[in-house]
Amino acid sequence: MPEVRADIVTLDGAEKHFGAANMDIIRLDGAEKHFGAVRALAGVDFHVRAGECVGLVGHNGAGKSTLMHMVAGTLMPDSGRIAVRGGIENNYSVPRALELGIRCVFQELSLCPNLSVAENTRINHASLSGFGWRRKAADLIAAKLDEIFPDHSISADDIAGDLSIGRRQMVEVARAFTVTQDPLELVILDEPTSSLDAHTAGQLLSFVRRFVASGKSCILISHLLGEVLGNADRIVVMRDGKIVASGAANAFDRDRLVTAMGGAEAREKAVAETASRPEAGPLRVRARPARQDDGKELVAHAGEIIGLAGLAGHGQTDLLLAIFAAASRAKAGIEVTAPVALVAGDRQSDGIFPQWSIAQNIGVRSLARLRNGLLISPQREAELAEFWRKKIGIRTPDMNNNIFSLSGGNQQKALFARALGSDAKIVLMDDPMRGVDIGTKLEVYDLVREEARNGRTFLWYTTETEELDNCDHIHVFKNGRIVANLRRDELTEEKIIQSSFGDAA
Amino acid sequence: MLRSLLPALSLVLVLLAIAWLNPRAISYFGFSLMLNLAIPIALATIAQMFVIAGNELDLSIGTFVGFVGCVTATWLKDAPLIGVLILLGSIGVYALLGALIHLRNLPSIVVTLGMSFVWQGLAILVLPKPGGKAPDWLLSLMAFKPPLVPFPIIAALLIAAVVHFGLMRTSYGVILRGSGGNAAALERAGWSLLRTKIALFALTGFFGVLSGMALIGITTSADANIGNGYTLLSIAGVILGGGEFVGGRVSPIGAVLGALTLALAASPLLTFMHIPPDWQVAANGAILIIVLAARVLISRRER
Repeated sequence: MPEVRADIVTLDGAEKHFGAANMDIIRLDGAEKHFGAVRALAGVDFHVRAGECVGLVGHNGAGKSTLMHMVAGTLMPDSGRIAVRGGIENNYSVPRALELGIRCVFQELSLCPNLSVAENTRINHASLSGFGWRRKAADLIAAKLDEIFPDHSISADDIAGDLSIGRRQMVEVARAFTVTQDPLELVILDEPTSSLDAHTAGQLLSFVRRFVASGKSCILISHLLGEVLGNADRIVVMRDGKIVASGAANAFDRDRLVTAMGGAEAREKAVAETASRPEAGPLRVRARPARQDDGKELVAHAGEIIGLAGLAGHGQTDLLLAIFAAASRAKAGIEVTAPVALVAGDRQSDGIFPQWSIAQNIGVRSLARLRNGLLISPQREAELAEFWRKKIGIRTPDMNNNIFSLSGGNQQKALFARALGSDAKIVLMDDPMRGVDIGTKLEVYDLVREEARNGRTFLWYTTETEELDNCDHIHVFKNGRIVANLRRDELTEEKIIQSSFGDAA
Repeated sequence: MLRSLLPALSLVLVLLAIAWLNPRAISYFGFSLMLNLAIPIALATIAQMFVIAGNELDLSIGTFVGFVGCVTATWLKDAPLIGVLILLGSIGVYALLGALIHLRNLPSIVVTLGMSFVWQGLAILVLPKPGGKAPDWLLSLMAFKPPLVPFPIIAALLIAAVVHFGLMRTSYGVILRGSGGNAAALERAGWSLLRTKIALFALTGFFGVLSGMALIGITTSADANIGNGYTLLSIAGVILGGGEFVGGRVSPIGAVLGALTLALAASPLLTFMHIPPDWQVAANGAILIIVLAARVLISRRER
């Protein structure tokens, strides 16, 4: 029912402009939160005004998620105060937040994979029931998808689990902006573009600007600093559970943000280093995608870092998996001459053994070396884990803790340690930096370059153009084929976009 | 696409095999006879499907069906009011089990395995030795002979249609299935997982009661062990019908088709193949393995 929805939106907007210019949608005073001995939030004051987009940045583990859980009502502060539109909320909770029009798109995908897109929409709207609810739910989500992502090609009847990860994220974002009976005032977007390609991410961000212009509010959390700088009105920087900087977005630039977050030095170093790499070694991988119909192929030598670029889901992952399979069983069109390890992109479902400790998660790729007779030597496993904890900087008091005791970025580091600690000479990376903070990223980039200098080969699929600066060669994919092959010095963002969107001639 | 047609396909395959082995079986009378026990199996399969939709498993459904059968053949005939109260109470017990499993975070396999002995014991208390008699209204209902289409087929269609509408088309059915798909997301959207779990278990109890009553309506008298085979049969029926153990992926129409396939493959097909009764149970297992393996192969190819 698009016309009904439009009514509600204008009503709300009018009400706001009428009564409450410059009013705080939400305000937290002195919010504190402890998890056991860990202090996640140390007395934070935070507020969002009507009609503003607040960018929130900080390393993983800086307290962003904890703070957002409080705004969304999923966590209560140990001490401090929450006020919504000036009224103190003593029993703030998720239902109360929804009633007040505050919603959150969480970083981990929260669709039910067994339900259709329309049915997933129904879950967020108690009022979508009774006769004809399926039609209403389908119209509601389809209209919102059309509005945010005009050329989305998602049907309301599609089962969520059958959609690609990018499309699932599109549905989830669109769902958060659908309106039935509860109002909509503030949407928290936690890494909303982490699985989107540049094109759809752009569509989403321009929708966010339109949304904010209509008097609503948004909190944008992103590790892509350009996104935050370009779309937020105000930026808040967090570090160690505190807000360390805050101000109008145009008062910040990239370097100032990185410094405030306590990140490492800028990326010029990367460019300089890649240029001075010695000549490539022996052939490691030669592969042609299954759907390639011309002579283009991917060739990687020892010591090279090869980038796989293009829009998300255009065959990059398929090729990596084919190479991985070819390492153990011969496959037509693919030649692999050394052991292979894979760093998965979707770490929750493909990377981590949830019941295991950090040390066990690292050691599983190297069991043959850790063996002592018939058994795994706990001592050798601990040595391996300890070595990588120091080398890669996994932040934990004890490597025998469960892997889930780590923040997302540190979990990803453990997966890198698993691959780099193994005997693999070829490391396949399936967009592993998705949703990882910039400090961790820069550390891992350094490590990858160092390992490449020592003769390892990296095949690196990434959706973030900046990461391609680390690569020697970049292959751009479209519809399962390699459409362009660029050297590091030929690489520009325009060229990649051009090849990704142009005709695959 | 092929994956969703698989339950129907395997039923057709079994029917073709029967038609080839014994063409006379494909008749009104033949179907009435062969599908005799399909109604209680289909109802038990639907019962099992509800707990599976919530990522749980009910290992007590077989002995529960037996217990309901014993109550039906005794109390429900002799003192209908008390009989109805006992049956309603047993559905209430199922609802409480759902609450217990959710609140204490217990594995349903353990709880229902324990309950299977409780139901068995109660069944023996109610009816120490085989006997009793089904109420007359139940006997005449199950002996109903409609024109043209045999009763078991009509009943199966009806069961499939009603449950499909309730679970797959209503707005609360979405919530029930969602609790198996992504419970955390559901809770975040403000739904009570306690309530969904209670609802799913109560529905299992309800259809278990229907299954036990239908069974006694056909066999006319009861035995405390009468339903013991239904536990595994119902699980196999759900899986055969395209359901999965986790993730809330179930299909009521598929589950009924799976139950019919099992009912036909269980004994008519094997008898026609001249497999001696001693080997029928093993042959039945072999058929299950083949069909389920085919299902895995086909869904893998579609990925």
